[in-house]
Amino acid sequence: MSNSASATETAEVIRIRNVEKIFQVGEVQVRALRGIDLTIKKGEFVAIMGPSGSGKSTLLNILGCLDRPTTGEYFLGGEDVAQMDDDTLSAVRGKRLGFIFQSYNLIAQLTVLENIQVPLIYQQEDLEEHKDRCEELGKLVGLSERLDHRPNQLSGGQQQRVAIARSLVNEPLMILADEPTGNLDSQTEIEVLEIINDLNKEDRTIVLVTHDDIVSYHAHRVIHMKDGLIDREVINPNPGTKP
Amino acid sequence: MISSHFLNTVQLGIKSLLLHKLRSGLTMLGIIFGVCSVIAMLAIGEGASYEAQERIKRLGSENIIVNSIKPPEDNEQSSSGRSFSVEYGITHQDVSRIQDTIPGVERVVPMRIIRENIRFDQSQETGQVIGTLPSYSLVQNVDLVAGRFLTQTDERFQRNVCVITEDLVRKIFPYQDPLQSAVRVKDSYYDIVGVVDETGTSKQRPQMGDSQGEAVDNNIYIPLSTARSRFGEMLIKRSSGSMSAERVELHRLIVRMANPKAVISGEQQIQHLLNHFHEKKDFELIVPLQLLREAEATKRMFNVVLGSIAAISLLVGGIGIMNIMLATVTERTREIGVRRALGAKRQDIIVQFLIETIVLSIGGGLIGVLLGILVPVFVSYFTEMKTIITAWSVFLAFGISGITGIIFGIYPASQAAKLDPIDALRQE
Repeated sequence: MSNSASATETAEVIRIRNVEKIFQVGEVQVRALRGIDLTIKKGEFVAIMGPSGSGKSTLLNILGCLDRPTTGEYFLGGEDVAQMDDDTLSAVRGKRLGFIFQSYNLIAQLTVLENIQVPLIYQQEDLEEHKDRCEELGKLVGLSERLDHRPNQLSGGQQQRVAIARSLVNEPLMILADEPTGNLDSQTEIEVLEIINDLNKEDRTIVLVTHDDIVSYHAHRVIHMKDGLIDREVINPNPGTKP
Repeated sequence: MISSHFLNTVQLGIKSLLLHKLRSGLTMLGIIFGVCSVIAMLAIGEGASYEAQERIKRLGSENIIVNSIKPPEDNEQSSSGRSFSVEYGITHQDVSRIQDTIPGVERVVPMRIIRENIRFDQSQETGQVIGTLPSYSLVQNVDLVAGRFLTQTDERFQRNVCVITEDLVRKIFPYQDPLQSAVRVKDSYYDIVGVVDETGTSKQRPQMGDSQGEAVDNNIYIPLSTARSRFGEMLIKRSSGSMSAERVELHRLIVRMANPKAVISGEQQIQHLLNHFHEKKDFELIVPLQLLREAEATKRMFNVVLGSIAAISLLVGGIGIMNIMLATVTERTREIGVRRALGAKRQDIIVQFLIETIVLSIGGGLIGVLLGILVPVFVSYFTEMKTIITAWSVFLAFGISGITGIIFGIYPASQAAKLDPIDALRQE
């Protein structure tokens, strides 16, 4: 099945139809998402923007298979993931998604190399077998000299680059970046965005959440959210510059 | 692949624990002391009860021992300061009565035990002269070092021969060959025909019925007939101005029963028989088998008490571990969220935290075992107390520490796994 499916659906990494998310807060129901339709194709670089409370975090959680929509459809690489159980969702995250967080979220007791390897552990992979590739990823983000360092021996920008390498180790369908430059100074921000741009040039699909306009200029497509709905979409024909 | 995955998880657990060395060490202390105290206490207890049992076993589990004792009312009279003589104890007639009427009796060995100075040249030691029959060696362990034990011929001809303990040999003539020498007791000389080693049986050595609670290490064994002719049946004691004489035919009987079963019924029958012929209560019965059973019962109780202490201390250790692990889970909420986002299933998180607690408790258990083995060794070294470290106590303590880790690890681990990845990631 996967062969025929990939032939027809490789182009479509994400297909979301009429997704709603309702939270029960005490007596009150909060409709965080009120019917979202979204399609993201392979190799796209999409930025999601919007004020807080607009539902962008909720959407990101659903896209990242950390949460399930209350109603609606979600196909990730042609696979229906909308109502999967917890363990299956864990497996999907581990195999198909790469995460980059605002606060890097490296594991303190592990070295740079070991941090890059973490997703492989949960895929029951043999770490020795993948060691060369992990070192390669470390080189890709410019940290081959520091593979045996601990996160607390690295600067913020370096830590975020480790996180980027980690997000690539499982060859994901899509990289989800949640405010990846939110904790960085402007110089490091540029460095990190360059790496993300380079990844996109290698045909990797990137979904980035930000509220920084300058960051969003790097995307092909910027989706603005408001009150749990997609407000408008802006296509940027020249990524890297203001549309 | 699975096993390397498991090894990775164990490695990760150790790394996480090493990140907080002091905390992990303090957490382990509870288990360390629990395990150590269990092993050490059991070793000391085992050693003590082993010694007691050995002592009793050497008395012979098929033996019944009858001792002559001075009836209590006689003590009051002796305070009057007058010279008088008392007559008490087991008689030769009792021997034949027991031999003839009690079923299951194999043999009866009578003994006379007299406290005297034993001399050689200028040296002398206070000791016990024990008159007995050659069959003594059949009912008690006689560890011959040199020569022979007493024989029927010695008995028949009232020979002046003796078998001497090795201890006494060392004290009174360390340089001569004992078998070429003779010792003097009162006015008679006794040729030494044999040397026995009694160090192993020091606690069961015949004590005089009326000894003042003083342990006597120096024994010579002479034929019963010789004892009767040399010492008579009247023993004269002088004490602070008064003089007392005692007439005691025999100080002790060792009754050997055919089998251990006959011992219990035999005891009652002997008691009954002697009660019938003795007006005063001037004898006592000691049944080693019964003592052995009592010692075993005591040991069982001791083990139960130790077991409870062990259980409580390991429980406390376990609670300590659980406490720290719960704190760790709270502290590492974010890490849990990250791992979940990167593909860890709930069960992976459970395994990770469970392994950390098990590493803690097993690590503590190992150190505890080590200390628990060292402590009894030191105790034995410094106090001469016998200690026995049994394999089962080590396995028990170690096993319990491992189980404690699992039991008290499950709750924190499940708390960790229950966390929602989104909430966990949001936590600062």
